[in-house]
Amino acid sequence: MALPAATIEQLGQWEVPEQQIGLWSDALQRFRRNRLAIAGAAVVLLLVLIAFGSPLLVQLHLIADPLKQHVEFIEAAPGQNGYAFGADELGRDTLSRLLFGSRVSLAVGIFVQAIILPIGLAIGLTAGYFGGRIDNLLMRFTDIWYAFPDLLFVLVVVSVFGPSLLTIFGAIALVNWVGLARLVRGQVLSIKEKEFIEAARSSGSAPAKLILKHLLPNSLGPIIVTLTFGIPQAIFLEAVLSFLGVGIQPPTPTWGQMVFDGYENIYANPTSVVFPALAIGFTLLAFSFVGDGLRDALDPRMKR
Amino acid sequence: MAVTAGRPTRGALLPSQLSAITSTRTGSLAIFIVRRILWMAPILFFVILITFTLMHLAPGSPWDKAGGRQLSDTVINNLNIRYGLNKPVTQQFVLYLWSVIHFDFGLSYQYQNKTVSGLLLESWPYTATIGVLAFLLIIPVGVGLGVLAALRQNTRIDYITMGFATVAASFPNFVIGALMVVVFGVLSYRATGGNFFLPTAGFALDDHLIMPVLTLALLPIAYTARLTRASTLEAIRQDFVRTAWAKGLPERLVVTRHVLKNSLIPVVTTLGPTFAFLVTGSVIVETVFSIPGIGRAFVVAIESRDYPMILGTTVLFSLVIAVANLVVDVAYVFIDPRVRLT
Amino acid sequence: MAQTLLQVEDLHTQFFTRRGVVRAVDGVSLHIDAGETLGVVGESGCGKTMTALSVLRLVPDPGRITSGRILFRGRDVTKMTDDEIRDFRGNDVAMIFQDPMTSLNPVTKIGSQIEEAMTAHKRFSPQEAGVRVIQLLKRVRVPAAERRVSDYPHQFSGGMRQRAMIAMGLANEPSLLIADEPTTALDVTVQAQIIDLLKQLNRELGTAMMLITHNMALVASLCERVVVMYAGRVVEEGPVERIFKSPQHPYTWSLLRSVPRVDELRKDRLVSIKGLPPDLSNAPPGCKFHPRCPFVIDRCKREEPELAEVAPNQVARCWVLMRNVPEEAAEVTKQVVISEEAAKKLQEIPGAGS
Repeated sequence: MALPAATIEQLGQWEVPEQQIGLWSDALQRFRRNRLAIAGAAVVLLLVLIAFGSPLLVQLHLIADPLKQHVEFIEAAPGQNGYAFGADELGRDTLSRLLFGSRVSLAVGIFVQAIILPIGLAIGLTAGYFGGRIDNLLMRFTDIWYAFPDLLFVLVVVSVFGPSLLTIFGAIALVNWVGLARLVRGQVLSIKEKEFIEAARSSGSAPAKLILKHLLPNSLGPIIVTLTFGIPQAIFLEAVLSFLGVGIQPPTPTWGQMVFDGYENIYANPTSVVFPALAIGFTLLAFSFVGDGLRDALDPRMKR
Repeated sequence: MAVTAGRPTRGALLPSQLSAITSTRTGSLAIFIVRRILWMAPILFFVILITFTLMHLAPGSPWDKAGGRQLSDTVINNLNIRYGLNKPVTQQFVLYLWSVIHFDFGLSYQYQNKTVSGLLLESWPYTATIGVLAFLLIIPVGVGLGVLAALRQNTRIDYITMGFATVAASFPNFVIGALMVVVFGVLSYRATGGNFFLPTAGFALDDHLIMPVLTLALLPIAYTARLTRASTLEAIRQDFVRTAWAKGLPERLVVTRHVLKNSLIPVVTTLGPTFAFLVTGSVIVETVFSIPGIGRAFVVAIESRDYPMILGTTVLFSLVIAVANLVVDVAYVFIDPRVRLT
Repeated sequence: MAQTLLQVEDLHTQFFTRRGVVRAVDGVSLHIDAGETLGVVGESGCGKTMTALSVLRLVPDPGRITSGRILFRGRDVTKMTDDEIRDFRGNDVAMIFQDPMTSLNPVTKIGSQIEEAMTAHKRFSPQEAGVRVIQLLKRVRVPAAERRVSDYPHQFSGGMRQRAMIAMGLANEPSLLIADEPTTALDVTVQAQIIDLLKQLNRELGTAMMLITHNMALVASLCERVVVMYAGRVVEEGPVERIFKSPQHPYTWSLLRSVPRVDELRKDRLVSIKGLPPDLSNAPPGCKFHPRCPFVIDRCKREEPELAEVAPNQVARCWVLMRNVPEEAAEVTKQVVISEEAAKKLQEIPGAGS
């Protein structure tokens, strides 16, 4: 491919392509070249497979039932008695608990984003479109929300309403929607400034449909990136909750819970802490790689 | 206007003087600070309101949650009177606000003869020590690593520091804490037959502090390092850096006066969120390492549904974070001359 | 006899990119005498800025000076040590850049930025520098210089920023000032002021100037000699009057034809040179201009011409030469298409028609 002479003068500076056409295929290409992102995506894919496949594995008797307690094998070390990763303090198989823990993590990550999306969109759109006092009001509202330390809010809500699935998902969603709302609002505002909107307005028509039509392709990228980064945030919060004892309750195995349980016996059986801890860490790492990769791939200002 | 020879009369704040105040940067700065402080009030108000409302939405009464106690009606009644729970909710709220302004957060539910403020006063030195130490670690290490990586871009140093930063940024506090305990506590215990390499629990002003501070500081260090690197790389590419080289300045001056002076500005804006992170992180770190600070008191309060304590701690934390953000915002005005104060 | 200040001999500066080697400066030779003003013209990407950056050894990565000599008062810049080049920059030769907004440190006071140019070379003490800064700003006609010294760049207007940059460039009394498109980022009215200022400074201080621009009118008002570059090479060189009156290279001729002339009655539209500048990592064979040249002959496509003397003090790199082109062919206005960017800039000159 020829390198235009004008590029020489700009070597070392950002290039700004103006068209959106081909952005997606271009993005895919760039993502594929990012090895860390691919590694992250592979891990995520593996997690999804495990999450969906683990009940099947139990059915096929390939792994033990994570809920079944074998009292005689309490605190078995890895490799002992057929427990590949050992057993926990109630005699449950650590490996299968690990595998099942992925279900909770993924569920938290995805469902929380599913809740955040409509809230963030609604508020962002309203603030951006109507502007003026409504915008001001909503922005003050988000400022207040922002001032609340996220972990504290979630802990308070959970302590008040009890650690049910709904409460936990809802609370986590409530502390994380601000970012998406601000993003959407910013996008709407910048579209509103464009000339064709002025033209539509001056000819008397309400530009709502026009704005929406242009909003989608422009902001889809940043929205996806924000949601992707939101997944590890949500998983993190749930894990902390579990670690503090107020997350998703037993008998459903979650990684945070496993660290919590294992921590008490950390001297006798450190692996029961290490494995879930590493699982959490690597899952979050994988998602951040994917998020970084997506952001770099979709950023129109990316330097080669 | 009584102006003689250009000097206004003493004590009079004349309109012209007022605008003279706002036209100087110091004047606008003062007004800016005052406005931001005033703005903190409604935010804190809403924090208190929300938390208070949540407390009172809790199903049941606080007394039947406490570990299976069967209390007689008269006892419950007395408790209610003592804690003011027999009054209408709105009145309770107003009373609470009033007492908060006087730094009285009420009585704890779990420790029946202690006040929340008392409990907070007992525990804050531990939290503060670890928090301050962590903060003092984060700035030089985080910024230092970031600058180093940027100046040696694409060399091994860059890859190593950024690799470490990426990993550290993704592993949650408690994971790192737990892993550290395993490595420096359990494994060393087993390896050396009885000796801990580092103490893993409790608070003391010695190497007991090492693991908690490191655990708390690791994530902010990683985040700061990455941001500093990105910001520095961007600054290096700017035209004015080329101008600095063209003037014949030595590398030292180009890096400090031109690159860093610009690249560290965005880093300052993250100090606020970093501080907030230290605050919430203390909750986790103190639990992992059994440190009797505010964070752990908060967790205990959550577990035992000690609402006044929960409320008080939340308010205190929010206040501290708000003040930190204010300080950062003001500092930002000082370091970036382009910021307009209107 | 005028002393030769700068002598660039067969300079090659190349960029080693993933897509290939870009020959940004491909064998450029030029010279500037003391006190002289040399114009270097050409389209974007022809290598004129890179040539200037090479003189100061400021070529950005992934570029490198690969061969050639740059002699300043007999010393080869390409062979200087780091310390020597630091001493050289901003002292013997100074450079001012195109966009004064981005070329000045936004968080440092203007006065400090100029002072540091002086104190870094230890030619003035900090106190002396503080006094001299105000003098310099006055000399470049910045009003209220005493107050302005403590201002930040964003508090200056565009024209004043450029003056401050000029003051910074002249702070150490360099023998040569390289100005890269000094007026391009400015308003039309301000442009005229800066041009006047540069003229005056050249007269008063005797500083030699290398003026890089794609604006032929600027060259006409400021320069004594001009070098025309295309695709990393010099294609024509000579005294300004000679070049303007009878350009020999078709590219120069096209550039000049794109300047609206108020003295001649012409009914032409603004002509432009069709086509795009060549890919410098993959240049066409023969003369680099031949794909766009309206007077191309067979030889042009096969052999690249050397720089040949076409008149006293004038050289051109062409097989055809405009003086050999029959008049009717030269009158062709429809085929020749100039780059839009240059045409737009030319229209902004005061007094230009459309």
